[in-house]
Amino acid sequence: MSGAVTGVASAREVVAEVLDPEMPMLTLDDLGVVRGVQVDGDSVTVTITPTYSGCPAIEAMRDDIRARLTEAGYDRVEVRTVLSPAWSTDWISPAGLAKLAEHGIAPPGRVPPRAAGPIPLALSAPTAVVRCPRCGSPATEELSRFGPTACTALRRCTACREPFEHVKEI
Amino acid sequence: MRTTQEDHDATNAYQSLADTVGHDDPRWAFGTGVEDVQAEITSPVPDGVDAADLARYCLMLGDDALICAQRLAEWVSNAPELEEEVALANTALDLLGQARVLLARAGHVEGSGTGTARDEDALAYLRAEPEFRNVALAELPDSLDFGRAIARLLVFSTWRLALLHRLLASRDPVLAAVAGKGVKELAYHRDYAARWTLRLGDGTPESHRRMQAAVDAVWPYVEELFRTSDVERRLVGAGVAVDPADVRAEVDGVLDEVLSRATLTRPTVPPAGTVGGRGGRQGAHTEHLGHVLAELQSLARQHPGASW
Repeated sequence: MSGAVTGVASAREVVAEVLDPEMPMLTLDDLGVVRGVQVDGDSVTVTITPTYSGCPAIEAMRDDIRARLTEAGYDRVEVRTVLSPAWSTDWISPAGLAKLAEHGIAPPGRVPPRAAGPIPLALSAPTAVVRCPRCGSPATEELSRFGPTACTALRRCTACREPFEHVKEI
Repeated sequence: MRTTQEDHDATNAYQSLADTVGHDDPRWAFGTGVEDVQAEITSPVPDGVDAADLARYCLMLGDDALICAQRLAEWVSNAPELEEEVALANTALDLLGQARVLLARAGHVEGSGTGTARDEDALAYLRAEPEFRNVALAELPDSLDFGRAIARLLVFSTWRLALLHRLLASRDPVLAAVAGKGVKELAYHRDYAARWTLRLGDGTPESHRRMQAAVDAVWPYVEELFRTSDVERRLVGAGVAVDPADVRAEVDGVLDEVLSRATLTRPTVPPAGTVGGRGGRQGAHTEHLGHVLAELQSLARQHPGASW
């Protein structure tokens, strides 16, 4: 049976289950980057949003979405990207936050509302408590604002001494 | 059942690379190579806005990001510590992402009506030096001096954040969208550069001396950032662009705060980077841009249209 006849829900489900190439414990749905899936006969248009402007994972996401939908029987697949509104870590689903923690990555906190006027300079490391994803201790420190992927910072737990990644709030 | 050949291929990194891109057409070896269907890029030019001006303005902001990203990328394999290399590379990647959208928009707007649209790759790899519209600050060499990299990034990100923050209200949907993502990224870049300025300026006598020398070296190129070009002046009236002169007070305030906290002295030096009133916005560059472009473009020019 062709995937096309199974309809919108099916294409949406296929896209939802594609894994994030950089944090593969998350699906694209968990990450909150899928903006829309439109089905017209055997063609599908998928709209996704990049996390960061230069995130190289967007190309892998596009390839993976196209591959999974092609396997599901959709002959014509177009993946569009849309920049606005800009992605926020607040769009990561509760399930996604839990999966990050399970895999040793400290999930982001809520993005604080931005006051009007110029964005204030932050001359010291953020003071918000980030708990160690391994031992749960709140005594952790930032090692570097920029981790192995664009969206993570590097931290270290001063209790269990383990280094870990933290998804930065944006 | 798998053949021996297939088993062999499964362990071959190049083969697995080919598998992951198997659904795509061949990619141009030096460009992004992917037909990026970006929804906003093809938005119509806002009413009352001159298309040539809009294209030129997108090139200005795009070239600032592209050339600064290229300079930051020189630190890959050269940074003092792995963490700083990752930070500078991530910063470059954010700027490159902003540049890609802005250049794509410039190419689309420039070609609208004429059918001769250049894509982001053509604009990045195939333009000559006088066609670039970036400010001199973006093209200055760091000469592998980490203090210089930090000083430039501090000034550049402070200025660009102030510009993009105002561009959130631009009538051009692409500029507003780039600003929407860019302000979040640039706030991180600015904080990173400001903290290193503090650490080095208010560190040892040697780190203080070198950080002050780095600030002194980039300072002549600050003045150009606040010059308003004719293109910008016209687009400000149309609600599309930001007048760079308007961000001066904010930028000065931030830089003064960082320098004083870092026990550094704000230099008093004559401005540089412009000749006879012409600067980067008019296509007049320092001798350094040619070297940046040689590295950026040489491979693409030697193998035009090469794909893999």
